[in-house]
Amino acid sequence: MSNKVIHVLYNDDDILMDAVRQTRAAHHHIEEIYTPFPVHGLDKAMGLAPTRIAITSFLYGLVGLSVATAMMNYIMIQDWPQDIGGKPSFSYIQNMPAFVPVMFEMTVFFAAHLMVITFYMRSKLWPFKEAENPDVRTTDDHFLMEVAVHGDEDQMVAFFEKTGAVEVKVIDKH
Amino acid sequence: MSSHYEAPIRKPLIIGDKNYHDVTVDVARPVEGRANKQWWIAFSIALAAFLWGIACVAYTVGTGIGTWGSNKTVGWAWDITNFVWWVGIGHAGTLISAVLLLFRQKWRMAINRSAEAMTIFSVIQAAMFPVFHMGRPWLAYWVMPIPNQFGSLWVNFNSPLLWDVFAISTYLSVSLVFWWTGLLPDFAMLRDRAITPFTKRVYSILSFGWSGRAKDWQRFEEVSLVLAGLATPLVLSVHTIVSFDFATSVIPGWHTTILPPYFVAGAIFSGFAMVNTLLIIMRKVSNLEAYITVQHIELMNIVIMITGSIVGIAYITELFVAWYSGVEYEQYAFLNRATGPYWWAYALMMTCNVISPQVMWFKKIRTSIFVSFVISIVVNIGMWFERFVIIVTSLHRDYLPSSWTMFQPTFVDAGFFIGTIGFFFVLFLLYSRSFPVIAQAEVKSIMKTSSETYKKLREQGGHDNHSHSEQNHH
Repeated sequence: MSNKVIHVLYNDDDILMDAVRQTRAAHHHIEEIYTPFPVHGLDKAMGLAPTRIAITSFLYGLVGLSVATAMMNYIMIQDWPQDIGGKPSFSYIQNMPAFVPVMFEMTVFFAAHLMVITFYMRSKLWPFKEAENPDVRTTDDHFLMEVAVHGDEDQMVAFFEKTGAVEVKVIDKH
Repeated sequence: MSSHYEAPIRKPLIIGDKNYHDVTVDVARPVEGRANKQWWIAFSIALAAFLWGIACVAYTVGTGIGTWGSNKTVGWAWDITNFVWWVGIGHAGTLISAVLLLFRQKWRMAINRSAEAMTIFSVIQAAMFPVFHMGRPWLAYWVMPIPNQFGSLWVNFNSPLLWDVFAISTYLSVSLVFWWTGLLPDFAMLRDRAITPFTKRVYSILSFGWSGRAKDWQRFEEVSLVLAGLATPLVLSVHTIVSFDFATSVIPGWHTTILPPYFVAGAIFSGFAMVNTLLIIMRKVSNLEAYITVQHIELMNIVIMITGSIVGIAYITELFVAWYSGVEYEQYAFLNRATGPYWWAYALMMTCNVISPQVMWFKKIRTSIFVSFVISIVVNIGMWFERFVIIVTSLHRDYLPSSWTMFQPTFVDAGFFIGTIGFFFVLFLLYSRSFPVIAQAEVKSIMKTSSETYKKLREQGGHDNHSHSEQNHH
């Protein structure tokens, strides 16, 4: 495959959505779309698989709950059991009502932070990371669709010009 | 796909003839422009208050807690009053960003960023009071569950004060990542508009290299939704646990099961008042009246009225339960609270919190910017007195009449409190000039449903180029 791509810029999300459908119907390969705000339904229209990040959050929450339970069981029951106010620390389950707040907080702590870290890692977001949007207008009011060139280049450009694009550029990638 | 339809009776959330680029320009303007004279005056006052607070804290740390007015009988006073007040203020930010997201309230888009900033800045202020009340704040890490070579024992997980440590630190850190994740696309917008290499570099670092790919947005939206789902029970748990600091003790006036919902309602009440205080000024100073509209203020006023009424019912329920319990100590605590030497604080609390928000029943009043601003200040004063009343009046006359006393704050108490107000405004003023104060990416995503421009186009039948696609996919 050639390293050439076509950058098609739109200035309206509805026009973009129509263009994505036409592009997919014409069997052109959409490499990426950069948008200034979340366009609802774009992921489905592009054929992106649903994200599984919510599932990871649930699993991280379970980890947090387990860590909290193990920690408080060790500290309050195993290592140094105290008799506070005539209420001895014989078993975790009997003393659990007092441990519920911390179990809850640590569940949330793990679920939230590890999910966000996962998101940052998967989407390659961290301090000093260079931005990769090819055109600065894509964080303002333009929508950029990157399509791999295959077959007749001029024909493809003509096709995209008819989809309501405000700009069509052929780019040599590296 | 979506037809961007919204019932015509819904008033537009973005006023004026705005397109996507206008939103960018309007949000970037306060950041790219220069600070005016009023900003510098406000900043100088806030900074002076902050510096005075630092001096008072330094005096406290150097000399000891004896510099405060707390005494043998009233062992907790302004410090915990201020702590609860600040934490409570923080709650509105999470409510707006999380609860209103779950309820799909589009009007949150214009105010969530600043409300979340307020949350983070106020929780920072709150955290300072328990830390400096420790006396030796450099040992603050002893509240962490660390092995007992440091002292004799582990931390006590039966203690609500330790639950508070976990609740507040989870709350602060989760609010911070929620806020920052939402900021990434907006920092990216500022980065891509930046002219000087320095600002480009700064916003490039802050934006974590956000590029706005379709997959990033898909994850972004899912992460926002899950964080909202986590933050909603979290915010309710935080003030519940703050109320446990009192409710689990055996002090008449504190030992009541009504405290958690009562505290949560009060927190939302005071927080919305503070959001109104801040945004009424900010929409004017930063020329954001098209985004933070009178309708936004009206909706917040309705929340203030409802939560104020809940708080009012809680006050009355407390009195009833004290009488109905038949416990004479409990009865005395409330009789003393309302008619004892602190009657004026109780009256102030009742007037500010229960009576004053009732004026919001009148549409003319709740859509008046001036009255809304005044009421927001009144509510903040009232909610400070609520905490003062709960804390000091329950303590100052205990079981032993020979130790009955009054609480006299010192200049250090006042200075520390004023210092946190100064610090809060220093942070907020800096934020208002360097951060995108409106979640512009989210506002752009509701333009087609809720802006005046597109509502008008829809009324005209949608025969224009902007909404051409509406005919294509219904």
